[in-house]
Amino acid sequence: MIEFVLDSRSKVATYMQLILQVKQALRVGLLRPGDQLPGVRDVAQHLAINPNTVLKAYRELRLEGLTEGRPGGGTFLVGTLAGPSLGHQAQLRDELVDWLGRARTAGLAREDITALIDTTVRSMFDSPAAEGVVVSKEASSP
Amino acid sequence: MTEETALQTAGLGKRYGRAWALRDCTLRLPTGRIAALVGPNGAGKTTLLHLAVGLLRPDEGEVRVFGRDPRAGGQALAEIGFVAQDTPLYRDFSAAELIKLGGKLNRSWDAALAHERLAHIDIPTDRPVGKLSGGQRAQVALALALAKRPRLLLLDEPIASLDPLARHEFMQTLMGAVGETDTTVLLSSHLLADLERACDFLIVLQRAHVQLSGDVDELLAQHRTLIGPRETEAAAVAGTATVIRASRTDRQSTLLVRLPGALPALADGWRAIDVSLEDLVLAYLSVGAQAKTETAGELAAK
Repeated sequence: MIEFVLDSRSKVATYMQLILQVKQALRVGLLRPGDQLPGVRDVAQHLAINPNTVLKAYRELRLEGLTEGRPGGGTFLVGTLAGPSLGHQAQLRDELVDWLGRARTAGLAREDITALIDTTVRSMFDSPAAEGVVVSKEASSP
Repeated sequence: MTEETALQTAGLGKRYGRAWALRDCTLRLPTGRIAALVGPNGAGKTTLLHLAVGLLRPDEGEVRVFGRDPRAGGQALAEIGFVAQDTPLYRDFSAAELIKLGGKLNRSWDAALAHERLAHIDIPTDRPVGKLSGGQRAQVALALALAKRPRLLLLDEPIASLDPLARHEFMQTLMGAVGETDTTVLLSSHLLADLERACDFLIVLQRAHVQLSGDVDELLAQHRTLIGPRETEAAAVAGTATVIRASRTDRQSTLLVRLPGALPALADGWRAIDVSLEDLVLAYLSVGAQAKTETAGELAAK
């Protein structure tokens, strides 16, 4: 069982912090498939946060195929994060390094680059249509 | 989640003498929400809560709790739990006695639940509550309100007088209780920081009027702070956004705006930053004083 911790200085939404912590725990082996996540009520009480926020995080994890609810209650991990995405990561990183080099040559300073990436990521993930595409892609990956 | 309505008001108003404590109050709180009622002292928060529990009679408009008039009593009141400001309790009574008393005064009453909750957080039920700490007394008041198994729980400044640890413990108990009962909660406070992670619905009151109300995530998505050159300000916001609060120097304009839909493409030199719940509340609270701020800004520009 893991214990959720919130970063009070982070600007990341609370439900997203919960999701990220589960994923991080999966990556480092703190959580494994078959493990149970703490109950919604317990998380809400422990962190003094809205139970709906915990429900939202658990729902997202389920939609991503990482967890499932079991009859009789409880949320259990079924998916794992290691594997396919790691294989692509090296290549994607190389491409990013390449792109960053070109951005620098074009005269963009570090802040310009960060701002550009940030706005592009937002416009891609925040528009409802784009989000659908990304989610289905993730869901279909083995 | 069904979007049934827990609390609804329409044109609600209450007057003390010639001064309106609350006016033109129209809002709808769906069930299953934890709502923060924020505003400065004297804004009308307590008046709204007292109208919702039927302690006050409206001078205008109406208030309904699960579709019923709270002043009709009976079933309407059975569904409402209320913790008044400073958690008033009979100080010579012990928590156990208060729980017993509550059982005599209410139609439905879960005494076992109240005992269980208090035992869980190590609060003595045999001592007069006047001898308990403020935090413990607040917990007793909460346990009593929850023993009624209300569908709507109203709390008036429950944490304002508590120290930070007691505040946190109170919010823990409250969030845990909501997690197992799906009670709708409306809690007033002028301390927003403690509520930010707990509330998913916001009602901002100022000078007897509702300045803003709605789902927190939606409200945050609808607002941005726009920063850019003053000379292109008109073009930047024309037809796209409502300016809630503006401050200006000779060159720069800083505008907190409400967007009708998605963020439109920004004019050259303009950028948009997300707002926090606190930014939002402060902006709407300053709406009343905005005329003054603008004048000050104009003067600075000259």
